[in-house]
Amino acid sequence: MLEVLFIGLSLGSILLLVALGLAITYGAMGVINMAHGEMVMVGAYVTVLSGLWFGTDIFIAIPLAFIVTALLGLLIERVVVRKLYGRLLDTLLATWGIAILIQQAVRLEFGLSFLGIHIQGLGPGLQNVSVPDILQGTFRFAGADINRYRAFIILVTAMLAIATWFVIYRTVAGTQVRAIIRNPKMAAACGIDVTRVNALTFAFGSGLAGVAGVMMSGFKTVFPDMGTSMVVDGFLVVVMGGVGSLLGSVLSAGILGEINGLVAAATNDILARAVVFGVVIAIIVLKPKGLFALKGR
Amino acid sequence: MAVDRRKFLKSGALAGGALITSPWVFSTGAQAAGEIKVGVLFSLTGGLSIVEKSLHDATMMAISEINAAGGVKGMKISAIAEDGASDPKTYNEKASKLVIQDRVPTVFGSYTSASRKAVLPVFEKRNNLYFYPTYYEGFECSKNVVYTGAVPNQQLSNFIPWIIKTLGKKKFFIVGSNYIYPREMAKVSKILIEKNGGEWIADEYLELGHSEWGSMVNKIKSSGCDVVLSNVVGDSVIAFYREYKNQGLTHDKLPICATVTSEIEIAAMGAEYAVGSFTSFPYFQAIDTDRNKAFIERYRKFVKDPKAVTHHALESSYFQVFLWKQAVEKAAEISPAAIREAVKGQEFDAPNGHVKIEAENLHTYLTPRIAQWLPDGQGKIIDAYKEPVMPLPYVAYGETPTNLFCTGKGLDAAKLKT
Repeated sequence: MLEVLFIGLSLGSILLLVALGLAITYGAMGVINMAHGEMVMVGAYVTVLSGLWFGTDIFIAIPLAFIVTALLGLLIERVVVRKLYGRLLDTLLATWGIAILIQQAVRLEFGLSFLGIHIQGLGPGLQNVSVPDILQGTFRFAGADINRYRAFIILVTAMLAIATWFVIYRTVAGTQVRAIIRNPKMAAACGIDVTRVNALTFAFGSGLAGVAGVMMSGFKTVFPDMGTSMVVDGFLVVVMGGVGSLLGSVLSAGILGEINGLVAAATNDILARAVVFGVVIAIIVLKPKGLFALKGR
Repeated sequence: MAVDRRKFLKSGALAGGALITSPWVFSTGAQAAGEIKVGVLFSLTGGLSIVEKSLHDATMMAISEINAAGGVKGMKISAIAEDGASDPKTYNEKASKLVIQDRVPTVFGSYTSASRKAVLPVFEKRNNLYFYPTYYEGFECSKNVVYTGAVPNQQLSNFIPWIIKTLGKKKFFIVGSNYIYPREMAKVSKILIEKNGGEWIADEYLELGHSEWGSMVNKIKSSGCDVVLSNVVGDSVIAFYREYKNQGLTHDKLPICATVTSEIEIAAMGAEYAVGSFTSFPYFQAIDTDRNKAFIERYRKFVKDPKAVTHHALESSYFQVFLWKQAVEKAAEISPAAIREAVKGQEFDAPNGHVKIEAENLHTYLTPRIAQWLPDGQGKIIDAYKEPVMPLPYVAYGETPTNLFCTGKGLDAAKLKT
């Protein structure tokens, strides 16, 4: 039973890993960032490439991927998203386009494959990341075999969630972000540089997705389409938890993960997935603003 | 006035006649240019391009080798390559284009059953010919398709008895991706397991393309099975083997015996995750013959990748072009119907060994083999049939070599019901 609960927790942590960045870009900034999954993918490729070229392991890849995807996020914000604030559906379309661009850039090796040049680690093929021995296999805990890598993911997710909470609720920049969530115009009137804070917030959210990609690369397949399905799960978590609420995202990820794990153990994975979607639909119907909606005016 | 009208009617009749005969015009048209056009239809973009690109390359390599050796009946083969884009609908459109607009007498293509089913109506309606190189679930009997990959009896009829008798494993956990191929494979497996005195204790599926294996592997762990039969497909395979190891399961105690895991998936997951597990296929890169080694070398040179791997569907993509060439040489004219008649019973020495097209069901005699995966990502062939096995696409429904369901006349639906 402990093993089943652990798998549920692990599923929840993976959901949260992807949803954390979305909770910020979608929840805080009102941008439906369809390219979020591609940020995860880029993070995974950073792990693959740094491993191939520099021989570094997955631990080094975490800060590296954060920096690369944060910079990419900053670029996207500056070039496209900045012009679309307040136009929810337009952000959806524009970031969807960006997602396709990023996918194709990886698949076509930034266009170099047209010239017959191949970069090892890019291209349409499947890539793999070797996981350090210390993260392979299992360890015994309270009479159950616990998967080391999944335990590592839970640990990293918890640390990222705490770090995010700290940044948003305990720093000056975070206070400004929360002010902008509540009322961007009022925040600007109070002297907050809204464009700058927005750019940094978007970069931070993208960076979190990059770290999620590093974690995914260790046990899922790395290929250009890998992020597409993840972004859907991410939105489920954010919408169910309540847009703009970090605590809501954490709880809803945990609930969905455990439901998935328990139903899968009792019946099968296909039914579990259906039940998860059913629960999300029920919650959206009953509480349209999610579990923990911000009370605004 | 009257004359004019008669003239009009006459020319109208002529035009009508030309329209009716037009399906046969293309064969002479293609010959006149001193070349013979064929269609090549695989996904060069999209999620499936990873595998399908290699099938495309193998087909093009066979065509270029035939051309270098003088072509067919003195004509060069001119390949019209189209991109199926990993999408059945696109497959259908491109197949129509090849058959109707380019008027090719044959198309080589498809990896997934979904894409084959999508193009099937085009080839049946226009009475054209499709060469399909992938192992698939059987349960199909089209006189417009030549199937050169394995059907379930060529992957399982040796595998299951071998697992039970040689490995001594009796309790099967059957796991697959949730679509027709794994489900049909499971059906055949269960028949064979029960016939050989084993038992299956679970038959579980994960959605195609999903890679969250935590619950499933935990279930395998606590199920009490002693062997896992995997019909998992695509990128899920990689996540499955990784999760398997990460939950502390090992192939020496609880081996995965797979029907889809090929050299490509092994390379993608990292060989250390598959070491000691088994796969059943008619072809492995490790087949130790000069013909196969030369084939691998030529393929690597052709795709300019010294580390490229070869696999079953790739090899079938290659040798089926040669079977087609022999059929064209035998056929009286270059039309789909004549090529189909001529391909029946054609034999060829392929990299995997001797292959032959069964005249009744247009499937291929292949030699079943079992390999155990080594740390270098190659299979070590530990069991092989001495000779090719007859293809039986309806084996799950009781088809035997003496009681064929699918014959040259089509499917005998009455037998299917009993």
